[in-house]
Amino acid sequence: MTAVVTDALRQTIATATAVVAVGAGTHAGIGGPVTGAVEVHAPAGIVDLQPSDMTVTVRAGTSFAELDTALEDHGQECPLDPDDSAATIGGTIAAGLSGRRRLGLGPLRDYLLEVRFVTADGREIRGGGPTVKNVTGYDIPRLFVGSLGTLGVITQVVLRSRPRPRASQWFRASTPGKDVRRALFAPTAILAGPDDVSVLLEGDAGDVRSEAATARLVPADPPPALVGMHRARISIDPTRIDELVATLDAVNGLHRLAEHGVGTVHLASDDPQTLLDARGFAEAAGGALLRVAGAPDLDPFGVMPAVALQQRIRGALDPTGKLSPGRVPMTQPGPEAGPR
Amino acid sequence: MLRAGLGSDNARAEPLELTLYARDGGTASGRAGAVCFPESTADVACAVRAANRFGVPFVARGSGTGLAGGATPLDDALVIVTTKMNRVLEIDPDARRAWVEPGVLNLDLTRAVAHLGLHYAPDPSSQQACSIGGNVGTNAGGPHCLAAGVTSAHVLAVEVVLPDGTVEILGSLGPDAPGLDLRGTFVGSEGTMGIATRICVRLMPDPPEIRTLLADFTAIDDAAAAVSAVIAAGVVPAAMEMMDAQATRAVEDFVHAGLPRDADAVLLVEVSGLIDGVTHDAAMIDEICRANGARTVRVAVDAAERALLWKARKSAFGAVARIAPDYYLHDAVVPRTKLVEVIRQVYEISARYQLVAMNVFHAGDGNLHPLLVFDGREPGIWERVHAAGDEILRVCIDAGGVLSGEHGIGLEKRDAMPLFFTVDDLDVQARLRDAFDPDGLANPDKILPRGSRCGEVGAIPAGAWV
Repeated sequence: MTAVVTDALRQTIATATAVVAVGAGTHAGIGGPVTGAVEVHAPAGIVDLQPSDMTVTVRAGTSFAELDTALEDHGQECPLDPDDSAATIGGTIAAGLSGRRRLGLGPLRDYLLEVRFVTADGREIRGGGPTVKNVTGYDIPRLFVGSLGTLGVITQVVLRSRPRPRASQWFRASTPGKDVRRALFAPTAILAGPDDVSVLLEGDAGDVRSEAATARLVPADPPPALVGMHRARISIDPTRIDELVATLDAVNGLHRLAEHGVGTVHLASDDPQTLLDARGFAEAAGGALLRVAGAPDLDPFGVMPAVALQQRIRGALDPTGKLSPGRVPMTQPGPEAGPR
Repeated sequence: MLRAGLGSDNARAEPLELTLYARDGGTASGRAGAVCFPESTADVACAVRAANRFGVPFVARGSGTGLAGGATPLDDALVIVTTKMNRVLEIDPDARRAWVEPGVLNLDLTRAVAHLGLHYAPDPSSQQACSIGGNVGTNAGGPHCLAAGVTSAHVLAVEVVLPDGTVEILGSLGPDAPGLDLRGTFVGSEGTMGIATRICVRLMPDPPEIRTLLADFTAIDDAAAAVSAVIAAGVVPAAMEMMDAQATRAVEDFVHAGLPRDADAVLLVEVSGLIDGVTHDAAMIDEICRANGARTVRVAVDAAERALLWKARKSAFGAVARIAPDYYLHDAVVPRTKLVEVIRQVYEISARYQLVAMNVFHAGDGNLHPLLVFDGREPGIWERVHAAGDEILRVCIDAGGVLSGEHGIGLEKRDAMPLFFTVDDLDVQARLRDAFDPDGLANPDKILPRGSRCGEVGAIPAGAWV
């Protein structure tokens, strides 16, 4: 296996008592603060773009913008869609947040085929494989999506790409989000704010036009960005999204955009207290609220399922808890996770 | 303890059962110590706790159609068979999802939701017999996974009896369960991380428009080149399957679907979705196939003809019996750009070992299924089959491929894992597995070869095939 990183970087990771991988910093508000750790940076650059295989090998420090431009030259894309395209590929994967086209294009985790990373003790590891279909060994790539730098330093990945749509148009709907969803075969996104429902249709131009006509959609601009320095997203059973947003809309100063059919609700506010209220409503409806930015006093995660198992997994890969310490409050090794 | 918990009918150790459950669809036979048939999550938990109490390994088994030996019990293991847990528990057509028990058969699920205009996308060729629980265990694929994705993309949440007998729900009805993706880690773990007892699957709306094309080639290289060209042109069909000359003739004699008996290869391509996109893609595929040497491109005129063409494809492995009594089926994936060269080498290797090779496979995602056909009574034949298989696997790996696309590693390819992964890669996988199963009782000695843990005593058996 060709080495992705230098021996010096592996040495740094192996010998430090605390290490944190830093990308563009666009996802830095997710998880708890990491202090006193040696910062390391993954290498950058596109290694191998195979348009006729619809795969791309890219170093983790590459920005999404650079990858997107390179794929666009071949009429393709990899819809990781981070909110800020300066985000690095490694950071986007470690944060694990899917983009707003998830309804139509699937979650981020379905685009990651192979991950290379450096372990806490400085070994370079490959998980998954470079082909579009693969069940060789455990699904290490999916384990790394959303792992927030606690399992290893991601250095390089293989991603699946797809053809860019021939047509792509935003619309405004005059009916509720759930009715829009029923009326359409395969919308790319249905984003509901308190006053407007925005719909993104992609595909063949004729299909986009006829689907829009069927659901009585009118062409419109994309939904405006949510305003507020304190940000979060809720994950909720999509069948309970209307019930949840009704409670959220009663909170003064809380702005939201709800992904119908997916169950993600994006939140922004200038008052961190509103996010705490929102968490209460989300958890009461069986969901969870993840802090994305700001709100320093808010618990970054709230409810956490299967804690003991998660702790054992983190302990298995990082027995001394040196990777991004403090980011996930339970990264301390569990009782069963002693050194071998 | 097991009989007290599950009732004596559901916990058995008679010679007949032990023989029946000593193997799955793979070639290796093992040895079962006892067999049980739980009817609920509590029953599964009871069986797993009993295994823990006596320090006995346990193996989950659905329909036993797996080809990699993942459900083959070793060392008198307790076989936990989920066939009695076969209820579709809840269907939510608006949310397009269903909760099912693990023993529900793949095709039965699609039948149960068909009246709602929905279907379950992963469709292994064994879908009439294989179970959803087994599909989750192997992260199963199928022809229609090219556009729709394999099992992992269709499992939202899964209730699991962990190897210590506790019950957890991994994943969530919401899009992102907090913390690590335990759901994604569990799917495809072949029973080594616990046993699925309830599964929440995603259902897909039936497409308004489907077009199924059959392209007929006089040279298999041309067919393979057409596959690469379709992908390179930015078309992702719903399915793109290839059958070579041997397979086409065997299937035609068996199913009578009107396949060209004199073709060197046929491509079965399906596109689905909205009308304009389907029309566009079908025209592109037609044009690309002809440009790459297709003699004819036939379009199924109605649902009956489409069903017949798919019946032909899915009957391929049954049709093989007309050629020889035994076959050995491989499952490797190569980059789609390497199809032509790898297929050529597969024929060259089989010819050298005087074996008949047939190819029926998921060409669109590069998932090869070379099928070595032979008569197992011939002396020394198994050695030749294994040696040829080993070479084929190496060719696939050298071409940038992987060991398995959808069947899993199980026992069959366990000892080939070092062909693909380094010692350190395997050590990390072993640590992950131990995090789920510290006592090593959940389907031990599957997936990872002995010696995977760094510092573990015991060498990797040399030349042991697989």
